[in-house]
Amino acid sequence: MSERDGLRIGVYVCHCGTNIAGTVDVRAVAESAAALPGVAVSRDYKYMCSDPGQDLIRQDIQKFGLNRIVVAACSPHLHEHTFRTATRTGGLNEFYFQMVNIREQDSWVHEHKGAATRKAIDLVRAAARRVARHRALEKSRTPIHPAVLVVGGGIAGIHAALTLANAGKHVYLVEREPSIGGHMAKFDKTFPTLDCAACILTPKMSAVKNHPNITLWTYSEVTAVEGYIGNYKATIARRPRYIDEDLCAGCLECIDACVFRQAKVPDEFNEDLSRRKPIYVPFPQAVPLVPVIDPEACIEFHSHKCKKTCVTACGERHAVNLRAEEKLERIDIGSIVLATGFRAYDARRSANYGYGVYPNVYTALEVERLINASGPTAGEVVLRDGRTPQTVGIVHCVGSRDENTNRWCSRVCCMYSLKLAHLVKERTGAEVFNFYIDMRTPGKGFEEFYQKLLSERVHFVRGRVAEVTDWALDSSEEGRLVIRVEDTLAGLFRRIPVDMVILSTGLEPQPDAGDVRRLFNISSSPEGFFLERHPKLAPVNTFTEGVLLAGCCQGPKDIPDTVAQAGAAAAEALALIDAGSVETDPNTAYVMEEACSGCKTCVPLCPYHAISFAQAARKAEINQALCKGCGTCVAACPSSSIGQNLFEDDEIFEESEGLLAYA
Amino acid sequence: MPDAFEPKIVAFFCNWCTYLGADLAGASRLKYAPNARVVRVMCSGRVDPQFVLNAFARGADGVLIGGCHPGDCHYQEGNYKALRRFRLLQRLAEQMGIEPERLRLEWISAAEGDRVRTVINDMVEKLKALGPRRVGQGPDRPVKDLAEVS
Ligand SMILES: Cc1cc2nc3c(=O)[nH]c(=O)nc-3n(C[C@H](O)[C@H](O)[C@H](O)COP(=O)(O)OP(=O)(O)OC[C@H]3O[C@@H](n4cnc5c(N)ncnc54)[C@H](O)[C@@H]3O)c2cc1C
Ligand code: FES
Repeated sequence: MSERDGLRIGVYVCHCGTNIAGTVDVRAVAESAAALPGVAVSRDYKYMCSDPGQDLIRQDIQKFGLNRIVVAACSPHLHEHTFRTATRTGGLNEFYFQMVNIREQDSWVHEHKGAATRKAIDLVRAAARRVARHRALEKSRTPIHPAVLVVGGGIAGIHAALTLANAGKHVYLVEREPSIGGHMAKFDKTFPTLDCAACILTPKMSAVKNHPNITLWTYSEVTAVEGYIGNYKATIARRPRYIDEDLCAGCLECIDACVFRQAKVPDEFNEDLSRRKPIYVPFPQAVPLVPVIDPEACIEFHSHKCKKTCVTACGERHAVNLRAEEKLERIDIGSIVLATGFRAYDARRSANYGYGVYPNVYTALEVERLINASGPTAGEVVLRDGRTPQTVGIVHCVGSRDENTNRWCSRVCCMYSLKLAHLVKERTGAEVFNFYIDMRTPGKGFEEFYQKLLSERVHFVRGRVAEVTDWALDSSEEGRLVIRVEDTLAGLFRRIPVDMVILSTGLEPQPDAGDVRRLFNISSSPEGFFLERHPKLAPVNTFTEGVLLAGCCQGPKDIPDTVAQAGAAAAEALALIDAGSVETDPNTAYVMEEACSGCKTCVPLCPYHAISFAQAARKAEINQALCKGCGTCVAACPSSSIGQNLFEDDEIFEESEGLLAYA
Repeated sequence: MPDAFEPKIVAFFCNWCTYLGADLAGASRLKYAPNARVVRVMCSGRVDPQFVLNAFARGADGVLIGGCHPGDCHYQEGNYKALRRFRLLQRLAEQMGIEPERLRLEWISAAEGDRVRTVINDMVEKLKALGPRRVGQGPDRPVKDLAEVS
């Protein structure tokens, strides 16, 4: 279409307050656009995304008979949808629109006004040339499968699953450990209210188990995902626990009957502070309450010579099946909530704190288990040699806010350190020192909790601990651990002898977060936590439509924030399901039959098997429902006989030539 | 020096990684050289060698292709296809007298705003050292009848 043929483009340059106008001379951009061929109106406006900004487009379409729209503003990832809608409601096909990014990729990244303005002028010229080539297209609609897959059964996954199930949607909850519960199941009390973790978590865990709308697969992992928003297919591998979940009554007699009289295997759930048998339940409130056999430890799996007393104990139920094999489940779902949580920083990496060297140096998670009434010491805080500590030092920010390990703040450590200080003091009467860099207590009731601890006469020493050592300088230090620290408030170096050191380790991405993110086709932030679509406007969405985030897999956070986020993720999934279908961009590829030479180059290129070869006509064919619009086949076709809607060769040529066409 | 040489770079960025990386550079207010102009494509696999040659023919001093890291392509393996074509393009460019520094393929993820900055700055620096492109203005692209496509 050219001016002669009635091309009438409207160009709108947004100020975005001063975000754009501060660095780009928006008036000059609009004026230069006005002189471009085919441009009927060119304006600059304070906030194009506001209602009056959008109205401007709609009114101009009517008033000036516009047939193409260009908006130069922020990233299309933010407002392309907004302006396409304005174009449509103004009476045009919404694809007669092109967006120009002069904020994220111009005004925000350049300082020199002249250069930034020249860039904006080039980009607008390119868009005006491109939009002239745009064709009218229709969005396609994909139905949304109403079932949801939730991956990870920590408090985030549990809350999301229950919310969805209570709304009547079917949920598949996949957890890789033998029980759901995640980290929260290990705690005795939670800050800042000190409410009993089990009392609030276990009812939710059993609700999951008993909910008619939830299929719970523990000891399982997702191994394959394919498809697209609305229609995902996932494969879940269910590892054998060797006890049939349907047959087991949870009497646990098999555990008592095990030929191992003594428990010998380090108990992961208790952070290896106690031992378990080869047949075990991770903790008494586990859901499902069905034992697991650890094939690494069970003699039967090594020698086949065990008396199999577990099988005998189970008797008529026949729930123990030592020949069980991995089972694959294949499910259809419309959306996915990832709630795979975090892992605690490995304290061995901070060698100066002596974890793994001095037995009386503990991680916070270990102390959580010691404090827990159902933990290895039934809630008593005792050292490995059975003594009760008289003096305890809590070292904050281990593996957080540190150039050498992890740079981020783990957000919960200050608060859980305060919690542990309170609980340790309560249980032992010990003198407790907290060594902190900054106290960070920004949350409801958090600062009050800190004040409470101050009044409980817990000591606070400001300074990053240099070292934990057993090298005594005098008799008061003999046989104890010494914390060396620069007290930055008192302005002196101190040596504080203690009986027990607790390292407040930070929160990290799961070690397999990279694999998980690839499996679900999403991105991560540099440190490895999953990346949200927008930190403020789409905090639980990802760039892959239909894949949502909840909890610490997205970044460190406490339980209240985790639950809030899980609720939000569930709401996003519900919104999709209740809408029934979702609109998808018509950016699919298609074959121009006359031109196709039947060379078949494109056929094997398509990762979605959308291209087939029609034998009779000897032409390639693209299944529009399967095509995802990457355009790889378009670029590869030797005879240029494949086109891609929204990204036609001509459109891209016009755009890049427009960029280079200096006036 | 008002007339110092400012190289013109056309950058083809994939929608899911590099384009978002460039958006992140913006959101983080990183500052870099203003010489690159981005053309968004859905995947680096969409970059037709003709786009690159045409950009050079129309006066680009450099062409940058940005895609997701290997294994991270939103469409599974479009970036491998891009790499394959890139190798071919490199040889072709060389024969046409286009210096290797002028054509670049980079894997930049949505989280690597700082890499967008480093790569563009580095490329601009190298192109400035090379000077404007002198050789082989390519043939004109056959332009389809405008009326036919509108
Ligand atoms: C020592 C310590 C004390 C804390 N104390 C408090 C406190 O008192 N109050 C408070 O508010 N917060 C506290 N927190 C923070 C709290 O632990 C988190 O906010 C909360 O656990 C986050 O829940 P989540 O479900 O996101 O992650 P998680 O609890 O880590 O749960 C993730 C679940 O996903 C499973 N999973 C992981 N990967 C996969 C996979 N690929 N497939 C299937 N399943 C998978 C895991 O096995 C796990 O069950 C504390 C943290 C620590 C380290
Ligand atoms: S989507 Fe980024 S390279 Fe394919």
